[in-house]
Amino acid sequence: MNTSALIFMILAQVTITAIMLYFLIRAMRAKKRPEPDSYTDNDEQDW
Amino acid sequence: MSTNKEAWGSRIGLILAMSGNAVGLGNFLRFPVQAIQNGGGAFIIPYLVCFLLLGIPLLFVEWAIGRYGGRYGHHTTPFTMERMGQSSLWKYIGVFGIFSNIAIAAYYCYIESWTLSYTMHSAMGSFRGLSQHEVAGFFSNYLDLSTTTTGLPYEAIIFFLLCMALNTWVLSRGLSGGVEKMAKIGMPLLVFFAIFLAIKGITLRAGHENAVNSGWVGLNFLWTPHYDSLLNPKVWLAAAGQIFFTLSLGQGSVQCFASYVKKKDDIALNAMSAGWMNEFVEVVLGASVIIPISIGYLGIDRVIELTGLGGLGLGFRTMPFLFQQWGPALAAMAGIAFFGLLFFAGITSSLAMGTPILSFMMDEFNWSRKNAALIFGGAVTFLGLPTVFFFQQGVLDEYDYWAGTVSLVVFAMLEMIMFSWVFGIKKGWREITTGADIRVPAIYKFIIKWITPFILIIVFFGSLIRPAADEWTKVSLTSWPLHKESIIGQLTHKDIGPNSSWFAREFYAESVCIVDSVYMVNEKPFILVESPDHKTSVTYGLRKGNVPMVKAGDHLQAGDILYTGRIFNRVFYLDLARALLLSFFAFSAFIVFKASRRRKKHARHHVKITTS
Repeated sequence: MNTSALIFMILAQVTITAIMLYFLIRAMRAKKRPEPDSYTDNDEQDW
Repeated sequence: MSTNKEAWGSRIGLILAMSGNAVGLGNFLRFPVQAIQNGGGAFIIPYLVCFLLLGIPLLFVEWAIGRYGGRYGHHTTPFTMERMGQSSLWKYIGVFGIFSNIAIAAYYCYIESWTLSYTMHSAMGSFRGLSQHEVAGFFSNYLDLSTTTTGLPYEAIIFFLLCMALNTWVLSRGLSGGVEKMAKIGMPLLVFFAIFLAIKGITLRAGHENAVNSGWVGLNFLWTPHYDSLLNPKVWLAAAGQIFFTLSLGQGSVQCFASYVKKKDDIALNAMSAGWMNEFVEVVLGASVIIPISIGYLGIDRVIELTGLGGLGLGFRTMPFLFQQWGPALAAMAGIAFFGLLFFAGITSSLAMGTPILSFMMDEFNWSRKNAALIFGGAVTFLGLPTVFFFQQGVLDEYDYWAGTVSLVVFAMLEMIMFSWVFGIKKGWREITTGADIRVPAIYKFIIKWITPFILIIVFFGSLIRPAADEWTKVSLTSWPLHKESIIGQLTHKDIGPNSSWFAREFYAESVCIVDSVYMVNEKPFILVESPDHKTSVTYGLRKGNVPMVKAGDHLQAGDILYTGRIFNRVFYLDLARALLLSFFAFSAFIVFKASRRRKKHARHHVKITTS
């Protein structure tokens, strides 16, 4: 593989993977909002 | 009172469903082909620039439009746009957000059904022992309704109906119980399958398992930058187009998914997570599967030739043969992984196309979710069957051009203008940043107001008057030959050639060609012609009763008679497809009009009750 192709590939793929992981982890770690929020999985169950 | 009580189950479910909406067949079949045809590694530069200036702003805007509409009980674009644009005319622009989803699903579900069928064929070992020519023929037979690959008559129709039934069933399970669940299963499996195939492709070694090149040759070919391509407007337009279609923008599905997010909840970070996840699947995984494997076995020249015919041909006509080189067990696993990942990429997108339709019927006509899912399934099947019956006549491509390409650009351009200029960027910016879990860079306020609408207008007019051979530097006001795929070129049937009437008694050669052979299969005549350089060939399947007027070895000019009889020319089917799409758009607009009347009636009734 020639050097310029290798640089382009690694630079593009590493950058995109890193940014994707950064945003995904931030989204997963973001503080939960008080109810009622948009998501039903964290709602209190009626017993 | 709307029956729509849908909600997302979890934040990760929403992000996966939204990225599943974006990740489609194009991530694996279209992106690598576009990169090869537009500058190799250097393509990533215009591609990422377009992602930053076109993709991200449109994601912010569509998420914001969706959440804004949801606050007022609108989960689809017609009434959201009417409210934002402060004019009832905008709701008819919003009709695109209903129309495009059904029209795209009509042909997309057909392609999705091929992946379902090919996954089954891979598991059954149907491709074992077939030559490359026979694998390509298998695909042609699959699409030809008069032949069968499994012994099942009308296999293509059966799989299409099966695929529609599956989509309808998942949609009827609801947003969190159906769409979100499918995304939570499908997306991780898709990534797992793609990683397996990428590792297998990259580790190919020349001389082993019949490979002629190592996997790195393919990557080298794909990623070697051709910097001169950066000065070519065609490359920039291709990059803008790829970003546009890969993110499923201008379709109405992003707005619908986002409409179920509450006002104080984040959309900015969610939009970034879903958007970059799509980029990861496309640039990291999509670029590492079909090109390394196909170049490993077929060599660079043959792959260039095959990519000229598009990614679908490479995926369905060639990949099953290449997997056979790995031995029966691994070939079955690779086939299941490849067509399985395409199936999950497809179904997560087609479900996203169905959601706006369900939401609209539930919001506006109080339909139950199950009935709304059935009407979606029925409408898509009705509109999709012509693509199954008349695939060879180009009906699927016609749907893809008008509903899957032109409609999206037109709608995105108009919604961007509405958001930035009619609703106003001040209010719009507040919508984007309210509840945001990240700080949205202020520069995007400027980009959304000025740059993105400008790029969209350029993309639209670029498509409208695209010059022949994409030679932008050689055109002038006095001489502007149009590309056959430009919007005006398509409208005027520039690609039709000498067979320009709907019905005829004679069929003419479409270009200079040599007759390779004239043969009969099941009493049906076929004529195989080749280009003079023997690089491309076309097979004409004649109807019973048609009489070939040529013999093997004849040299023909465009316009020479090929055969005679009762002939329905391709242009008839193309015009039929256009008429169907146009009628369906008018019907969608009528339904929106009825819904609007219903809303007004209810509002008057409500006022009467509160005043009395």
